[in-house]
Amino acid sequence: MSALTREETEALIQEVLEVYPEKAKKDRAKHLMINDKELESSKKCISSNRKSLPGVMTMRGCAYAGSKGVVWGPIKDVISISHGPIGCGQYSRAGRRNYYSGTSGIDSFCEMNFSSDFQEKDIVFGGDKKLAKLINEIETLFPLNKGISVQSECPVGLIGDDIEAVAKKAAKELDKPVVPVRCEGFRGVSQSLGHHIANDSVRDWIISNRDGRAFEKTPYDVAILGDYNVGGDAWASRILLEEMGLRVVAQWSGDGTLAEMENTPNVKLNLLHCYRSMNYISRHMEEKYGIPWLEYNFFGPTKIKESLRKIAGFFDGSIKEGAERVIEKYTPQMDAVIAKFKPRLQGKKVMLYVGGLRPRHVVGAYEDLGMEVVGAGYEFAHNDDYDRTIKEMGDATLIYDDVTGYEFEEFVKAMKPDLIGSGIKEKYVFHKMGVPFRQLHSWDYSGPYHGCDGFAVFARDMDMTINNPCWNMMQAPWQPKAAGSLLKVAA
Amino acid sequence: MAKLRQAAIYGKGGIGKSTTTQNLVAALAEAGKKVMIVGCDPKADSTRLILHAKAQNSVMELAAEAGSVEDLELEDVLSVGYGGIKCVESGGPEPGVGCAGRGVITAINFLEEEGAYSDDLDFVFYDVLGDVVCGGFAMPIRENKAQEIYIVCSGEMMAMYAANNIAKGIVKYANSGSVRLAGLICNSRNTDREDELIMALAEKLGSQMIHFIPRDNAVQHAEIRRMTVIEFDPTHKQADEYRALANKIVDNKKFVIPTPITMDELEALLMEFGIMEVENTAIIGKTAAELAADAIAA
Repeated sequence: MSALTREETEALIQEVLEVYPEKAKKDRAKHLMINDKELESSKKCISSNRKSLPGVMTMRGCAYAGSKGVVWGPIKDVISISHGPIGCGQYSRAGRRNYYSGTSGIDSFCEMNFSSDFQEKDIVFGGDKKLAKLINEIETLFPLNKGISVQSECPVGLIGDDIEAVAKKAAKELDKPVVPVRCEGFRGVSQSLGHHIANDSVRDWIISNRDGRAFEKTPYDVAILGDYNVGGDAWASRILLEEMGLRVVAQWSGDGTLAEMENTPNVKLNLLHCYRSMNYISRHMEEKYGIPWLEYNFFGPTKIKESLRKIAGFFDGSIKEGAERVIEKYTPQMDAVIAKFKPRLQGKKVMLYVGGLRPRHVVGAYEDLGMEVVGAGYEFAHNDDYDRTIKEMGDATLIYDDVTGYEFEEFVKAMKPDLIGSGIKEKYVFHKMGVPFRQLHSWDYSGPYHGCDGFAVFARDMDMTINNPCWNMMQAPWQPKAAGSLLKVAA
Repeated sequence: MAKLRQAAIYGKGGIGKSTTTQNLVAALAEAGKKVMIVGCDPKADSTRLILHAKAQNSVMELAAEAGSVEDLELEDVLSVGYGGIKCVESGGPEPGVGCAGRGVITAINFLEEEGAYSDDLDFVFYDVLGDVVCGGFAMPIRENKAQEIYIVCSGEMMAMYAANNIAKGIVKYANSGSVRLAGLICNSRNTDREDELIMALAEKLGSQMIHFIPRDNAVQHAEIRRMTVIEFDPTHKQADEYRALANKIVDNKKFVIPTPITMDELEALLMEFGIMEVENTAIIGKTAAELAADAIAA
């Protein structure tokens, strides 16, 4: 059951598109679809990874955000230099809540901003010399760094700075990896290309660094890929994997280290959580080292159980037993969480708009709590993500790609969800409309949401948001009652 | 007093823009005009004949030394040479690094903010890099900068091709601002019927050939001494040519939005004057062997 019937949803899409000029209407229509679980492929129903229209409010980021902010930034012992003017570095600093263990400024550098702070003269005369100097200063001031990455901001690509030459020379001098990353923000249509570029730079400069070196292997070695440890997600995931008998060799890249990444070619299986941002390196390791990779989902007990068994399927009986043992151990805890929160959340409708993974991955967790996702969309997904989404979402639910600010507001007004899960840019718009809202990028300063520990936090957070008494106070005393048609009445 | 006139000199690389500009400006100074030259080329060689210097310290060079352009004073970058001519070079990076166009933009903004365009000036001449490769080199013709563009050219095909392309650039800015094409300056290479050809081109562009400067070694003799002809040998007949050009520019009233021509029209013009042969379409894309085979068959 969705919030609206298929016909009503179709009518809603047409109505919302009506305000656009003809050309824009035609383009945006291709990015909206009504789900049909029977579909094999999303190809004919939705287009994705296309340039946003000028004039609309898009929530997308840029290639630099994808590389520096998502993939490279969380590697704790690598210093990522934001090469260019100061803003990109400052506004991408520590905002994603990638937790790590370590001492900031000594052996961990995730929440610091290293910037070449371009001035006019660096644009005119090039920033190469400054970059070389900056790398030397970093080495002097932070000698425990294990490597350096150079994240290109837009001007670097415009003026043609030869960061590769600087990086090669510095790597030789420092005898540690110095990785040039060509993730200029103007490249591509969203942060997605930045993920790809970052993956490729890891492939070219990191992944084979320890090939041929001795490594104490076990038959149970795995790596966690595409978990950025937002609010401690990777830690909550790691517990389950280790309890079932696996050895987690690496975390990519939340709370990860360079050594872990370099050792990853030794694992038996790569476990891929965020497919969108790390499928590239997973495929590369499969081709080059023959390491299989497996997509898994640690949101909510149903998906966790499914995933644990799927992972165990790659290993011998001891791991399969381990998976069952873990499931048995945590099921009562999960049941208790569900028993407590499901009665308070049953039947609530959710609309999601997140990056490239979560709109499909969290559906199971909401369903475990008796809630229903009636609309979902991605900022920067590709069609392979939508193929996977079709299977997770209910029939006749609304799916929107690179949704515009206007469309999202109109959809919410019509579909009247009890909860919206999206990002900081959307949050206050919907708060002002009186709709309960959770940030699903940063977990709203909470988390973890992955794993069994995470599910308890997730359930609590959804309850305290939806059932918060503040939603009863959204109406000003001087406003007539009828004006509050959008207001929610808390359970 | 007369309003400040700002003019930019464009043209194909190596055509003699800097030499022509400096001789022209020297002639204007000799006639009592107050003039400033702004060199917009990272090579920074637009003022050496006026200053008798190898290359003037440029705005960007000094800014890089001082830390930023805000740390500079106007006196640091402004030199005064022959006839009280004020000289500034924007400067920029060595070839292959950085962004020379941004250097021009930064330097011109600096000059404006620091009040280099003082009330006592009659003329400012921008001597711009040969090819307008990016927005930076179009800076001198944007709003509130040069209103008059002079294109230095010769009767050679590529020089005329470049002149036509520059006219296209002027159209873009002319439609949204006050910049106008003020004329073609023919810096002779002694090609056949050169004056007629440039006049014909100027006419097609809706403009004029403002002056024909004959080729004369006196220019090179003066240049070896880092001087203009006007200063080195004021009695030489070549000096009179630059004076004539200066007078025509002072009196110039013909400022137009140019009507650039198509490649086909340009080629037709060149054929008319015998610079280019009538195209034989049968031979295009054929190798020597194929042509030989064709010849045998025929």
